[in-house]
Amino acid sequence: MNSVEGVVIASRGGAPSIYLRNITKAYGETIALSDVSLDLRAGEVHALLGENGAGKTTLMKILYGLSQPDSGQIEADGVALKIESPRDARAAGIGMVTQHFSLVKNMTVIENIALASAKTFAIDLARVRAEIVSASTRFGLDVPPDAIVSSLPISLQQRVEILKALMSGCSYLILDEPTAVLGPNDIDSLLEVIRRLRSDAGIGIVLISHKMAEIEKVADRVSVLRRGQVVSSSLANGITSKELVTLMVGEQQSGAEQRQRSASPSQSQSPILVLESVGVTREAGGLSDVSFAVRPGEILGIAGVSGNGQTELVNVLSGTTQIDSGTIVVEGRQLGSNTPQSLMRAGVGILGEDRHASAVHALQVVENLILDCVEKFAGKLQLRRKEMLSHCESAITQFEIKANPKQAFGTLSGGNMQKVLLARLFSRNPKVAIISQPTRGLDVMATNYVRSLIAQASKQSTAVVLVSEDLDEILELADRVAVMYRGSVVGIVDHSEASRESIGELMAGIAK
Amino acid sequence: MKARFVLRASTPWWRGPLLVGAAALLTILISAIMIRWAGGAPIPAVRYMFISPLQSRFGFTESLLSATPLVFTGAAVAIAFRAGYWNIGAEGQLLAGTIGATWVGLHAESLPRIVGVPLILLAGMLFGALWALTPALLRTRLGIDEVVTTLLLNPVALLIITGLLNGPWRNSESGFPDSDVIADSTKLWIVWPNTRVHFGLALGVVVIGLCWWFVGKMSGGLKLRAVGLAPNAARIAGLPVERTLLITALASGGIAGLGGASEIAGVAHQLTTGISNNFGYTGVIVATLAALSFVGALLVALMFGVITVGSFSASRALEIPSQIGQLVQAVLLITVVCALVIQKYRVVWTIKRSEGRK
Repeated sequence: MNSVEGVVIASRGGAPSIYLRNITKAYGETIALSDVSLDLRAGEVHALLGENGAGKTTLMKILYGLSQPDSGQIEADGVALKIESPRDARAAGIGMVTQHFSLVKNMTVIENIALASAKTFAIDLARVRAEIVSASTRFGLDVPPDAIVSSLPISLQQRVEILKALMSGCSYLILDEPTAVLGPNDIDSLLEVIRRLRSDAGIGIVLISHKMAEIEKVADRVSVLRRGQVVSSSLANGITSKELVTLMVGEQQSGAEQRQRSASPSQSQSPILVLESVGVTREAGGLSDVSFAVRPGEILGIAGVSGNGQTELVNVLSGTTQIDSGTIVVEGRQLGSNTPQSLMRAGVGILGEDRHASAVHALQVVENLILDCVEKFAGKLQLRRKEMLSHCESAITQFEIKANPKQAFGTLSGGNMQKVLLARLFSRNPKVAIISQPTRGLDVMATNYVRSLIAQASKQSTAVVLVSEDLDEILELADRVAVMYRGSVVGIVDHSEASRESIGELMAGIAK
Repeated sequence: MKARFVLRASTPWWRGPLLVGAAALLTILISAIMIRWAGGAPIPAVRYMFISPLQSRFGFTESLLSATPLVFTGAAVAIAFRAGYWNIGAEGQLLAGTIGATWVGLHAESLPRIVGVPLILLAGMLFGALWALTPALLRTRLGIDEVVTTLLLNPVALLIITGLLNGPWRNSESGFPDSDVIADSTKLWIVWPNTRVHFGLALGVVVIGLCWWFVGKMSGGLKLRAVGLAPNAARIAGLPVERTLLITALASGGIAGLGGASEIAGVAHQLTTGISNNFGYTGVIVATLAALSFVGALLVALMFGVITVGSFSASRALEIPSQIGQLVQAVLLITVVCALVIQKYRVVWTIKRSEGRK
């Protein structure tokens, strides 16, 4: 898709700019960016929107020299730039604040900034201090220069990062999901800082985000990335949030089949998993007042723009994050605490969003397959290896896994890894299966197979909570769709009423 | 020029042995240079160090004796490292074991040997595990790095021994800071008549066997390996990660402590401040050289026994410092670690193109 080149958008006349031209980048067989072109202008906030894995961060890493493109080039005012490292990028006036700060926590603000901008062997801290004070007033970024960084709240640490980038003389600033770590009030003041940097200092800002509200507030232009391509680039006031969400999640793919659903999915049965006002307190990105119930044989889809609490919810249901308020009830029994063990005992199984983190790469397929029920195969003096292998072989046949039981898990393809983990999940016959991003990064065949497995599990009256960023997947499989926005469930829609439009509005936080 | 390490996709079967061979050759070469530097003739020195201990009965059995404590500390370190618990405290745990063993040894005169020996070994094991308990709790409850805590407790154990030997356990006859000789009923049996090779070596081999069996074959061992390789994945699979670490840490300390008891009851028969010749630290080297395999640790420990004895005879015959043995072990560690890295990673050299690259 090359429609963006040639799109001419009015800007403040003659402002300097940076062009990314036809950037392509592949990691192995995965194409992260395909012929992407983008321009950044001074004195403008350019929002870069897209789901996880759409290529936003990869693109910015290339601009900041953290990664090299396979083809394409970067130009500044018509001159080709060679950016091979962050140092080259900074020399070209490009700064970046990554999601993980690069501050030395035990040092003061002055020392951190001196560290970044030091060009001489001796450092004059008093001078750096004076520079910080004058820069803070100039940019409207108040920071306490003498404070130890670790004593500052996240929002101030972020300001230090921004100030550090600005003081090293950048005229373009990349902010990678800066609001993901902030609470609501801090978000507002950050947006104010962004506005001032744009209007008063003429800085060109790239704002990576997937939150509609803040894009509406500060962006001058919005580009949407989807599956490694720019699918839209336009002035911010010429496009609505709803249109942006649609662009982000894509059009319905033709041929997506609907799952056969029973007429009224087990309405008579009582729910097996009930979450009541579940909350996780965080400075940012927690959960508040999440309530829903799932019945046996039902698939509850959890939709939402990524970063609205889905990961936290899955962590709560896998027991890796403890809840601070509310209750979790399984089969009528309230869980005392949601540890992995207590959830498993209660019959809750999990497929985590990251298949690599859910298994031990260096162990064999068979060992990974039984890792959650090792005791079942424990003999008096040793593991009953033969039974393990025959269990594994039957799983391999049943789940169509292309693997040898004794092969290291890490050598499997993504689809086969996912099948092994699904086999592990379903061999427990869980009463509730929490399934997160089951088809992320899988090819079409594997995707279809994984989806059919999920449908089959619900037929055997397993209750399924399906968390996915792929709206098609949710619309195809779910009986009901719960939409998450800012850590809460903002609506639960029956599949008969669920459409891309109705869900999209809830996802964007614009429908009640 | 800049080097980058890139993970190898596959490893042919011959690369491992080839690299270990290269590491051994390189070690001998570097050692030879050092020996030359110290004023000795390299070729006879290498022969004294690696071959002559194997040519006499005395040399061979003394090598076995030197290897015995390293079998224990090597196994202790290997099992902890396999679980991802970085126990650098085998030295302190072994020393704690010698304290426990001496305490029993000094108070067990009237017992039959069949009771005394198990008792002294058990005491060593308990004290070693106890010494490992604090860092293990700090790690599993509060997340405090065990590398620092286990390491720092090593000199503390030695200070306690010094205190005991200058206080309550001062030798009652000579008045020197060595303990009295332990009761005969707690001395280990000699397993090779007319040599000093004692029951401790057999016990060490049994410990190695048990560790190998447990980690490789039993359900607890699978859990231990999973926790060591990917703690988060283990947690997701519902494994009790913290409990596994705690138990492994105690087992590791217990094994090191058993090694201490074996030294007291098997050869020294009394506690001295020099009871451990850095056995715990050498255990880290032994386990690393063995790539954390237990059978490998046994073999490396035996090889180190040969080098220790060999370096003494080399130093006597050629008038070079006996520390040359430790030097060879250290060089071997460096070359083998390099070999292990190269086995896992490819080294890609890139020529520096622009000034910007660091």
